[in-house]
This record gives sequence, structure tokens and C-alpha cells, in this order.
Amino acid sequence: MKKARSQEKQGLAKCLTGIRGLDEITNGGLPRGRPTLVCGAAGCGKTLLAMEFIVRGAREFGEPGVFMAFEETESELADNVASLGFGLAGLVRRKKIVLDHVHIERSEIEETGAYDLEGLFVRLGCAIDEIGAKRVALDSLEALFAGLPNEMILRAELRRLFRWLKEKGVTVVITGEQGEGTLSRHGLEEYISDCVIFLDHRVINQVGTRRLRVVKYRGSAHGTNEYPTMIDERGLSVLPISSLGLDYGVTKKRVSTGVTQLDAMFGGKGYFKGSSILVSGTAGTGKSSLAAAFADAACRRGERCLYLAFEESPAQIVRNMASIGFDLDPWACKGLLRFHAVRSTLYGLEQHLVALHKLVEEFRPAVVVMDPVTNLISVGNTPEVTAMLTRVIDYLKMKGVTALFTSLTGSGTCDERTDVGISSLMDTWLLLRNVEEGGDRKRLLHILKSRGMAHSSQVRHFLLSDRGIEVLEARS
Amino acid sequence: MTKAKPQASDTERWNLRLYVAGQTERSVRAFDNLKKLCEEHLAGKYTIEVIDLMRDPKLARGDQIVAVPTLVRKLPEPVRKIIGDLSNTERVLVGLDLRPRD
Repeated sequence: MKKARSQEKQGLAKCLTGIRGLDEITNGGLPRGRPTLVCGAAGCGKTLLAMEFIVRGAREFGEPGVFMAFEETESELADNVASLGFGLAGLVRRKKIVLDHVHIERSEIEETGAYDLEGLFVRLGCAIDEIGAKRVALDSLEALFAGLPNEMILRAELRRLFRWLKEKGVTVVITGEQGEGTLSRHGLEEYISDCVIFLDHRVINQVGTRRLRVVKYRGSAHGTNEYPTMIDERGLSVLPISSLGLDYGVTKKRVSTGVTQLDAMFGGKGYFKGSSILVSGTAGTGKSSLAAAFADAACRRGERCLYLAFEESPAQIVRNMASIGFDLDPWACKGLLRFHAVRSTLYGLEQHLVALHKLVEEFRPAVVVMDPVTNLISVGNTPEVTAMLTRVIDYLKMKGVTALFTSLTGSGTCDERTDVGISSLMDTWLLLRNVEEGGDRKRLLHILKSRGMAHSSQVRHFLLSDRGIEVLEARS
Repeated sequence: MTKAKPQASDTERWNLRLYVAGQTERSVRAFDNLKKLCEEHLAGKYTIEVIDLMRDPKLARGDQIVAVPTLVRKLPEPVRKIIGDLSNTERVLVGLDLRPRD
């Protein structure tokens, strides 16, 4: 580790991929001027990663690239990524990218003596020189093994190819199909020792989950975890979240809870900006109402609010909250409030995480509401959910987003314990409950904790009416 | 199958293209082997075009050349590809359809 770091300081040159998250976990991209092997089973996203590396290189970093495809034709490739809006055809026209389909069909080839792969070298060299390419993708080189009968010649030539590519100074992504017990079917990892990335696509509980792992990266520190990965309409994204430390900035600024009397209980000013707030209680205690108050207040301040609803549809939330005086619809129309309503079981936990990530990146909200986080338990087990929420909280804190989570506690379980065991991650914890008193159900709330600020220790009675939430004075 | 066509018919034109990369020992050998074979089996009705990819690198794409030397039978159709220095005459004849496959 120490060695790796000192080398890093000397400056192992890196090449940004532009793929969201990948550059973070590799500390700045792939090794520049060297080959990287990307391997995984069929359908894991190898080709997409290679293509994004080339396209983003050309578009975002001014580095032209050659994409040599051994399996798909140029038009198939263009079709496959057309939905991603890469503008591949335009980039090819403007000579930023060369697509070359290498067609090898074993049945059409007769072997009659000694040969080498100089034809491939010439072809690749010609494409590189034509546009001054800095990046090359070979997808997938292993097709050569199927097409050419003499494996000995092939292996010698591959060794020569990688040496030649290094001399050319191009950064190369080579894809390879996962083999039985090996990273790639034909052992390409023997030749490519600088950087190996493994992609995985597995199905757990009927939910597909993609992961990415940097198996090795010579001369550089890198994250070693399996990182959740997602493919969507903008391409591949990798979530580097667990690499974050606890070093986000903190502020003394406050944001209103949306309820005047509740603000007063927090020393008159409300929650800390950028903190995480947990509102827990049994069913029907008013958790969502407090969440709505918070969201409404944010929009009133002209801030953007992202509302993740795992239980109700946006329309239902809007209708229900209107009944207690929070008119959320105008905020949604104005674009200040964005709902993201999905059944928690629709995605795996990772995808929830990726989706949240993307929404936050795109929408840049000041506050986020997750209602209720406990629903996520149906997707994963408690440790997994806790791990995911830790990532969410870390991420939102890093972005300075104030986040409010509601948590449903089962009746009968101890109130001061949340089902997902996340209370320790929270800065502020509000506990809601119902008590019966003289034939009436009364709503009570109290602040169980609120880090770093003076706060009320009273248990207060509160009302939900068409004028909103009203916290009554404590009875002395 | 009376007409298995082991020998080229008299009217057929043979258009052969040999791709090499530079004047290497191997490419010279391939050309010599090809020339000899053509004289024996295709005398008077063949043409050989040698393409040096070192001089015309762009031509590698058109005929999908990966290995060199590669011999491409352009005519008669269908197109056939034969890789290597053509030292295994038997394989070359099979590859060119001048001898039936076993």
C-alpha cells in the first residue's frame, strides 16, 4: 500500500474514462499508455464499458479512439449504442473515432504454413495513425482464438501486440469473456498485468444486480470492493460510495422543519443543514406528514426537494398532504419538488442507490425525503439495508443535502429501536407515537436526539388538521 | 456427382491476391510457393496480385486481412482465404478447391 502510494506521487499517468464512478475507484482512471483487461460473463457490460471509454475519450477529453470489434459489425455497434445518445456516427464522420469490424470465420480460413498477425497490426496501426488515436478498444480479442487454428502462433502474437500497443503509447481496453475458474477464457490476464477489471451480473431474488471490481491495478491504489453498477439510458455508472470517508464539511446553518413549534424545539431554528434526520414511529403516527411539512418548507424557500416514495404514488401523496394543508402540487409543477416513486422491490438495493445517485446529480436537490426507508427491508436483509443507507447518508452529506428518512416501527417492538438499525447514523431522531387517553388517540412526538444542538426534551402533543401540523404547548 | 471439379475448367479465370507485409523471407517464400503451384495447376489462366500492406495499409480492411501472408481467391467465386506461407501444398490445393476436401 505504501509502495503504491509513493509511486502514485511520482505520477503514474492515468487516463480518465469519463464513466461515472469508475474514475473515482481507480483514483483517476485507467493506466495511461497501457492495456487494461475488462472481463466478465456474457451480457455483463464489457462492450459498453469499452465503447464508453472510446466515446467519452473522444467527446469529453479530446482523445480520438479506435474501436476494433471482433464480434459485432460497425452498424450493429452503432445500433447498440444508439439509444445511449453517444452520437457515434457523428464522431466517426468527424474522424474522432474509427470503428473497424474484424471478421474472422474459421470455416473460411485454410491454414497452410507459418504466418503472423501483421495484418491486424497494420490495420490497427493504420486506424490509429489516421485519426491520431490515443485510445484503443479491442472487443473481444478472444474471438481470434475461435477464428485462428494455431494457438501457439496466436499467443506469441498477442504478446507482441501488447508490447507494440505500449510502444504506440495508446491506452487500451481489451475485453474478454470470463472462463471456468479464470478471469478470461483464454487467459488474457497472463498478458495484461497492468489493470484488470471484472464485471459481474447476477440475479439474487429475481433482481438483477451488476457489480464491478478492480481485480488489480499495478502501481496504483484502488478501491477493492465490489461496486454496484448500473446500465441505463446514459451508459454505465459505478457507485464508489463506500470509498468515502467521514470528512465532509459541516455547517452551522439550519433549515426549518416546516413546523414552527417544532423549530422552536430545536432551539428555534430547526434541523442542521446537511444533516440526516430520522422520523420513526408505528403506522399512522404522522411520519409522512412531518416529511411533507419539511418538503413543503424547502420548496417555500425556493429550494429543490427530491421525494423518494416507496409506498405511495405521487398523486396519492399530493392528495393526502393537501388534506392537512400542504399543497405540494404547485411545487411539483414549478419543478421544485420531484417525486421518485418506485416500489422498493422493483430494483435491487444497488439500483436504488444508483437511481438516487443519478437523481441527486441531475436534480441537485437541497433536501431529500425517503419515505419510508424501512420498505427497503423487503429487498435486502437488515445488514445490507444498513450498509446501503450508510452509503446514502454519506453521499448526501458529502453533497450537503439535508435528508429526512421516515422509518416504520412495528407495533410491539421497542420504540427506541428502529427496524433497520440506522439510528446511529442519524444526526437527529424524532420519535412519534400514539397514545390513548380518555377514549381519544393522541399524537405525541419527542426528540430522542439531535447532535450538536440544544433541543427540547419534552414529549409534546401535536395535531394534524387542514391547517397543517401544530405542536401544542407542553403541559406543565 | 459426376462433375466433382477437382481440376479447374479451361475457361475459368483465376484471380488471386496475395497479401504480405514487407519483403520478408516468409512473404517471398509464400510468393514462390504460390507461383509454383499455379504453374502446375492453373497454367495460363491465373493472375497473381501481390499487395504489400506496409505500402498500402488501408487495403487490409477491405479483404478482412488479419494474418499475413494471406492468399485470397477473388475469382472464381466464392471468395476463399488461405493463410500461411503456402508451404503445405496439399492444404493450399484444398483451400483453393483444386482438390476435394476429405
